[in-house]
Amino acid sequence: MSLYRTRGIVLRTTRLGEADRIVNLVTEDRGKVRAVVKGVRRTASRWGGRMEPLMHVSLMAWNGRELDTVTQAEVVEVFKCVREDLNRMAKAAVMAEVVDRLCHDQSDDPAPYRMLRGALASLDSADSPAIVGAFLWKLLAQEGAAPVLEICAGCGGEGPLRYFDPAAGGATCGSCRGGRPLSPGAADAIAGVLGGRLNSVLRECDSRTASEMERLAAAAMEHHLERRLWSLGVLER
Amino acid sequence: MSYTPVVQKLIDELGRMPGIGPKSAQRIAFWILRSERVDVERLASSITEAKNKTSFCRVCFDIAEGDLCPTCEDTRRDTGVLCVVEDPRDVVAVERSGSFKGRYHVLHGAISPIDGIGPDRLRIKELLARIDPESVTEVILCTNPNLEGEATAMYIGRLLAPLGVKATRLASGLPVGGDLEYADELTLGRAMEGRISLG
Repeated sequence: MSLYRTRGIVLRTTRLGEADRIVNLVTEDRGKVRAVVKGVRRTASRWGGRMEPLMHVSLMAWNGRELDTVTQAEVVEVFKCVREDLNRMAKAAVMAEVVDRLCHDQSDDPAPYRMLRGALASLDSADSPAIVGAFLWKLLAQEGAAPVLEICAGCGGEGPLRYFDPAAGGATCGSCRGGRPLSPGAADAIAGVLGGRLNSVLRECDSRTASEMERLAAAAMEHHLERRLWSLGVLER
Repeated sequence: MSYTPVVQKLIDELGRMPGIGPKSAQRIAFWILRSERVDVERLASSITEAKNKTSFCRVCFDIAEGDLCPTCEDTRRDTGVLCVVEDPRDVVAVERSGSFKGRYHVLHGAISPIDGIGPDRLRIKELLARIDPESVTEVILCTNPNLEGEATAMYIGRLLAPLGVKATRLASGLPVGGDLEYADELTLGRAMEGRISLG
């Protein structure tokens, strides 16, 4: 067993025994870490709210065979506005769930941590309707699953491209016609997110286009993960 | 070498309980085998009796030994104030404080987006249906002070606002007997926001 220090964002927590929790964190230099936090559920626990989901913490932990054990943690960022607004919290939950599913143990790739940190900071400062869609598309691109948007992903033709087919890996033309309808606005927003215009999309995207971009991103992500995203639209149920 | 089928079955059944791993299941099974017959029969009959005689109260969904739980049956309790909790065990915790004389509503869980638990899985519709008939004037949202509990409280608060009912949340802050230097930023921030005047 060895002691290590890292920074991470708490993705989810699961109850363990009488008063403990297992926390899943995405970290700066160790990929996804699953660690036990002892006594965290007691009201007078020294952990307080430090190991709550969506907390950005600096921590010290023992390396274990299956689960690590957190020994100390300090808060780096609270993301207060995300915690105090139900809609922002629901958006953050989708982003945390996706990172939890995608991220691997012992990976030294800092990208998922940095992207989630950036997305939570952005959501904390302004509730853009495009944030979840943009985050999912950026994460898919990072995973090597960026969509084909310039030519038809089915036949390679030039279009017009009016559909989006997650199984084909991008936009499709009228003759291939797979998947869901794709509006020119949503196609432009996705291209903008992936082509270096992220900030302007987050600022300017209207809620209708943002919601279409999010639906398509969710479909592509569910296809990539081969499972449903539980947290999507959970408050509308 | 393995256990006899009957002992193995007992270990397997005990191992299905929450927080009981294979080793704990073996330890409990051997404690049962070594115990007096009368003690084991008392344990077995307590389990079946508890299961047969209890159900959920039809009003508040707390554990009840009949149609209504003792709190809903008690006519001396204030019907105008409802305390909303996640779990029947929370009712016992609030009752122990001795500072609440109203009635309860048990949600049986909390909204947890990441686990796919939405409002449809909780007893929220039943809570809203109690507001008018029971002339409720205040709903105390007594969910756990964690992300899921906060989300549930915010969601219910949003539903109660148009009904003209006062929705309140338990205060959160520093635990009695703790040192300030160990408090985390979130807890200390809330304690600061909820400070009280001494004058």
